[in-house]
Amino acid sequence: MSFHPKMAYDASFHKSGRTLTEAGEPFAYTPENTARFESIVVRYPADRRRSAVLPALYLVQYQQGHVTANAMRYVADLLGITAADVEDVVSYYTMFHTKPVGTFVINVCRTLPCALNGAERVTEEICGKLGIKPGETDPSGTFTVVEVECLGACDRAPVVMVNDAWHECLSPEDASKLLDDLRARGEAALSGCHHVVESRRL
Amino acid sequence: MCTKGIHVVFFVSSCFRGPVMIMEPLLTKYVREPNCFTLDFYLKHEGYEGLKKALALTPDQVVEMVKASGLRGRGGAGFPTGMKWQFVDKRSPNPRYIACNADESEPGTFKDHLLMERNPHLLIEGCAIACHAIGARVAYVYIRGEFFHVQRVLERAIDEAYRAGFLGRNVFGSGFDCDVYIHRGAGAYEAGEETALLESLEGKRAQPRNKPPFPAVIGLYNCPTAVNNVETLANVPLILRNGAEWFAALGPEKNGGPKLFCISGHVKRPGVYEASMTMTLRELIEGCAGGVREGRTLKAVIPGGSSVPMLMPDQLDAQASFDGVQKAGSLLGSAGLIVLDDTACMVWLAENLLHFYRHESCGKCTPCREGTDWLHKILRRIERGEGHMRDLDLLSSISGSIGGKTLCAFGDAAITPVLTTLKHFRHEYEAHIREGRCTLPASWRARHAAGAR
Ligand SMILES: Cc1cc2nc3c(=O)[nH]c(=O)nc-3n(C[C@H](O)[C@H](O)[C@H](O)COP(=O)(O)O)c2cc1C
Ligand code: SF4
Ligand code: FES
Repeated sequence: MSFHPKMAYDASFHKSGRTLTEAGEPFAYTPENTARFESIVVRYPADRRRSAVLPALYLVQYQQGHVTANAMRYVADLLGITAADVEDVVSYYTMFHTKPVGTFVINVCRTLPCALNGAERVTEEICGKLGIKPGETDPSGTFTVVEVECLGACDRAPVVMVNDAWHECLSPEDASKLLDDLRARGEAALSGCHHVVESRRL
Repeated sequence: MCTKGIHVVFFVSSCFRGPVMIMEPLLTKYVREPNCFTLDFYLKHEGYEGLKKALALTPDQVVEMVKASGLRGRGGAGFPTGMKWQFVDKRSPNPRYIACNADESEPGTFKDHLLMERNPHLLIEGCAIACHAIGARVAYVYIRGEFFHVQRVLERAIDEAYRAGFLGRNVFGSGFDCDVYIHRGAGAYEAGEETALLESLEGKRAQPRNKPPFPAVIGLYNCPTAVNNVETLANVPLILRNGAEWFAALGPEKNGGPKLFCISGHVKRPGVYEASMTMTLRELIEGCAGGVREGRTLKAVIPGGSSVPMLMPDQLDAQASFDGVQKAGSLLGSAGLIVLDDTACMVWLAENLLHFYRHESCGKCTPCREGTDWLHKILRRIERGEGHMRDLDLLSSISGSIGGKTLCAFGDAAITPVLTTLKHFRHEYEAHIREGRCTLPASWRARHAAGAR
């Protein structure tokens, strides 16, 4: 029986279609990333290398944009755990991508305080302009739009995070302009937004 | 462009009604100074004095001091910090750890964000004192993955502290060694739950463990561990610098010290406000944050992040302390006040929050994993105007099958938005079902996907 008498026992929400077999080049860190990894793994006790799985996966993602099955196996070997252990982690945390994503991943916060301040219209503006739905990548491979839950800056709603850079108090018009800027100037359009918002008041 | 929503930190001296305790901000006093996050600036303002004093005391004396100060955990549960440290198993042969909870993902909460970004050395000093108090050598700061800009500020501050000898080997020549490491999470609300945080630190999914044993006995790597919130640890240096009595006198009984309140939603001046817990919720919302916008009326307030019951406008004279808010029928939680005016549709609100809980459920126990999905599906149906009256009983019944039946407190948190809106605004649900649509004026629903274009 399920936990509630009226509940059918289907858990479609939690199914995943990924497998860990993959053709293609094996993955390896660049020498810089190997050095970074070595400097991180020493923060944990020597018999607890597994603790470094999140930092190790971040290095993978910064190196090649998303986490492939080959990379999961590489990380597993580095840490002395199984590939299944690594996949377990990758599939749990929302910040790892297992499929290629656009150059800019636009994370729009959708939780209550942002929603009260019009986050849905920001999403609509962005999606409308790119002609895609949340979760999709635009045909040029530049933008991926994702709806995320509270980012922890609700006083500056609506909040949008593009890759690791934050854009706060973003009206739909600002969002539209940001897309144009990103297309025209690339990453340069991202810098300092967070502090720009603050300095306007300082 | 935008003029709202910036961290405005007010010196809470304006009294809204009657005399309120006038308090100078302590944690956030300098956050608007351009260089407030540098070591030089911090050292000019009593920086690391607390650590120096702590190292002249025995660990037990530090714990006693924190106990006497009345400091309670700022992460949500409000558990006395000194007691938590005392429970750390001192007889264990294993090393001990401090885990600083910087996962801040409770909707409506953004105080740790501000503290770490503008006053990182205060947290580092707090971590070092906490290590001394429980006899740990390593503190891990578990910061949520989205706070990468904050992490960089914190990393720089930690480097500065190492170079100046406040961290590392033989701090202040006292023989005390202390390392502070940052561990970046990767997007999981549940990683904020203390045992899930430890699992995540160990390189696994952020799924909670059964309690007991509590982390104080078996925590990180099976070693005794104290898990403390950022704001909690940031208060510790203040206690050491100025004394436990001074700290306790800042707030009402058993609610010592300054408190950061995060006010968001339908207010004129959303932001982080530092105040004594002797303030009332109304003073915070109307005095500090300016109240709701012109022409609107206050409908309800969620006082402690999305997981706690709502309070109605006539309940807001409650003291904004852990005990005061509890007496009023809710919880102070993480002190994230989400203010709602009359344009907020409560069915829509419950649907929005259950989307959050459905998404963030870690999936370890069935009632929460399946139940939140169910609740969300039913709420979405009602919100779309396709609900039936019997759905309301189903919502209560499902909530009853979750509450108290889950591994961690997430289950109880997840049903709260449903139960509290049903309790106070059942008529809105009924109107939705009867009319087959939201009954608030369409122009108020501009935020809704359907209304915007
Ligand atoms: C579902 C859930 C999420 C939580 N999220 C956080 C969080 O993001 N930050 C935090 O400090 N505490 C969070 N907590 C509370 C922690 O479990 C724990 O009580 C807290 O870190 C203890 O620190 P304190 O004593 O300093 O408050 C959460 C608890 C639960 C049940
Ligand atoms: S109550 Fe929910 S979040 Fe907590 S352990 Fe169970 S499934 Fe996970
Ligand atoms: S709700 Fe968007 S940042 Fe909190």
